[in-house]
Amino acid sequence: MNALVEIQNLSTYFKSEQGVVKAVDALELRVHEGETVCIVGESGCGKSAAAMSLMRLIPEAVGSIVSGEIWFAGRDLRKVSKEEMRKLRGNELAMIFQEPMSSLNPVLTIGEQIMEPIMEHQGLSKKAAQARAIELIELVGIPRAKEIAKSYPYELSGGMLQRIMIAIAISCNPRLLIADEPTTALDVTIQAQILDLLRKIKDEAQTAILFITHDLGVVAEMADHVVVMYAGKVVEVSPVVELFEEPKHPYTQGLLRSKPVLNQRRAKLYSIPGQVPNPTTLGESCYFHDRCDQCLDICRVKQPPLRDGGDGRKVACWLYEEESVRGQ
Amino acid sequence: MASTVSEVAEVTRPEQVALRSSLWHEAFLRLKKKRLAMVGLVFLLVMAVVCFIGPFFSPYASGKINTAMINKPPSFSHWLGTDSLGRDILTRLMQAGRISLTVGIASMVLSVSIGALLGALAGFYRGWVDQVIMRVADVLMTIPGLPLLFIMGAVLSEWKIPTDYRIYIVMVMLSLIGWPGLARMVRSQMLTLRESEFMQAAEVLGLRDRRKLFFHLLPNLTPLLIVVATLNVGGAILSESVLSYFGLGVVPPTPTWGNMMDAANTLIDFQKRPWLWVPPGIAIFATVISINLLGDGLRDALDPKQKR
Repeated sequence: MNALVEIQNLSTYFKSEQGVVKAVDALELRVHEGETVCIVGESGCGKSAAAMSLMRLIPEAVGSIVSGEIWFAGRDLRKVSKEEMRKLRGNELAMIFQEPMSSLNPVLTIGEQIMEPIMEHQGLSKKAAQARAIELIELVGIPRAKEIAKSYPYELSGGMLQRIMIAIAISCNPRLLIADEPTTALDVTIQAQILDLLRKIKDEAQTAILFITHDLGVVAEMADHVVVMYAGKVVEVSPVVELFEEPKHPYTQGLLRSKPVLNQRRAKLYSIPGQVPNPTTLGESCYFHDRCDQCLDICRVKQPPLRDGGDGRKVACWLYEEESVRGQ
Repeated sequence: MASTVSEVAEVTRPEQVALRSSLWHEAFLRLKKKRLAMVGLVFLLVMAVVCFIGPFFSPYASGKINTAMINKPPSFSHWLGTDSLGRDILTRLMQAGRISLTVGIASMVLSVSIGALLGALAGFYRGWVDQVIMRVADVLMTIPGLPLLFIMGAVLSEWKIPTDYRIYIVMVMLSLIGWPGLARMVRSQMLTLRESEFMQAAEVLGLRDRRKLFFHLLPNLTPLLIVVATLNVGGAILSESVLSYFGLGVVPPTPTWGNMMDAANTLIDFQKRPWLWVPPGIAIFATVISINLLGDGLRDALDPKQKR
């Protein structure tokens, strides 16, 4: 089966005063039609930069995509014109953000903001767009849609606003929905409702979802496939069940161990020792080597490649390489 | 507990939405509490109504010269007296008010449109567009306004432009030198706004630049524009008065508050016939003060940060 999104060897670098930051380093990513792929990793590991690269929204002043291909439905997004890209955004490619409170324009009504992409991309008249907007508000589970359409963002709660953001995102039936930590700013019950809503959309419209999060609980609930990132690199790719049952990369193992377990009282929660490395001073070593509890000699001098294990899982770690390769 | 509280909040909010009509309504309520601003607003409304409707009730509206009634002090038939050509001062004052207010508002609309548009373009596109617009603005700001207007006024007299057209040219002149200040303000606001999260969200929707600029960004500047626009009207009325006073703007027989003040130029009129120049002076003074009071009130009422 051909993938809807296929990212090959994508690198996005940011320029900073201390030097070049490799925010995304040789990223490989595949999302199939109707599938949910989660990108997990801690803050600053390049999750959002990867999503922004896919949308071609990396501000030119601070960074750029330096290499790689981004295939979306048979087109290389790095090669399409700005105008074509604009027509794709909001239409076939949609995105929702972390902060629903500040992602809506404070001076426009909810209805107006939902109508906009519909009028722009589907060429509907104002009246038809209005009707569709009200339909969408109902679809995302907000009662009294007509009144809500006339209200301003500051009049709604965070959970409702995130539903509105989702309504805007799905208004043109996108093929891919990128969700950049959509539940991080919301409390837990609202988070569960939003996740339910996203799952419903995925099931009904067969929308592929690229879900970015740092919350493993959310991953377990949402993902079909999981991509674990560390310092701009993919360290492990795996179907969700296998990842939770048997994490391969020491970083993934550490992440899973640092989750609290219900009904178990422990004096101190496990945490991975050390800190995320400074992104400007990364050398040739495995980026995780100084925090790894299973570090080998080769880890300090050479980066492990992302190797396909044959069982649908990929891992970038010397522990899983043949002795002969390691010895080189 | 937290869950039930937020659930309740989600359910009750829509009712409040229905009660409140809009942001504007709320701003108006806040404005109503500012007494001085309301005094200004009421005075301006009264002034506008009197100026635009008053002349219809005046028996002297034709402005005919009456040699028997030259320079008469206020009386029952001429409430504010008559001028050197026997015309009724009150009637002329109202007719002048029409022109002064129209010039003020029209040149405000023009200069605010130019300023907002150019400032918005500069802030939105940055790069060379920004450079060109802002350098032109810088140059315009280095030219002292009054001498420039004098020169332009003199040129207009030289070219023998018909008096009826001069008023339009005065409006255009005033707005052409009035826009750079606003353009700078709009540009700086635009630079902040274009980086905001909701603009990133708009970018993701694949909207056209035109749409982003006029539908998403400029409405965010409405409070700023309204305040500047109000204060600009006062400025434009003053400039027009100054020009007309020096005989460079609107010229007689068309009356404006400025050229009526011209009477104060003659020593005898100044000392012995105050009814010739005091009424237009008071009209200018009171109108501009009211506009400034209203502008200040609007600034407070429209500024969401001052919400109490």
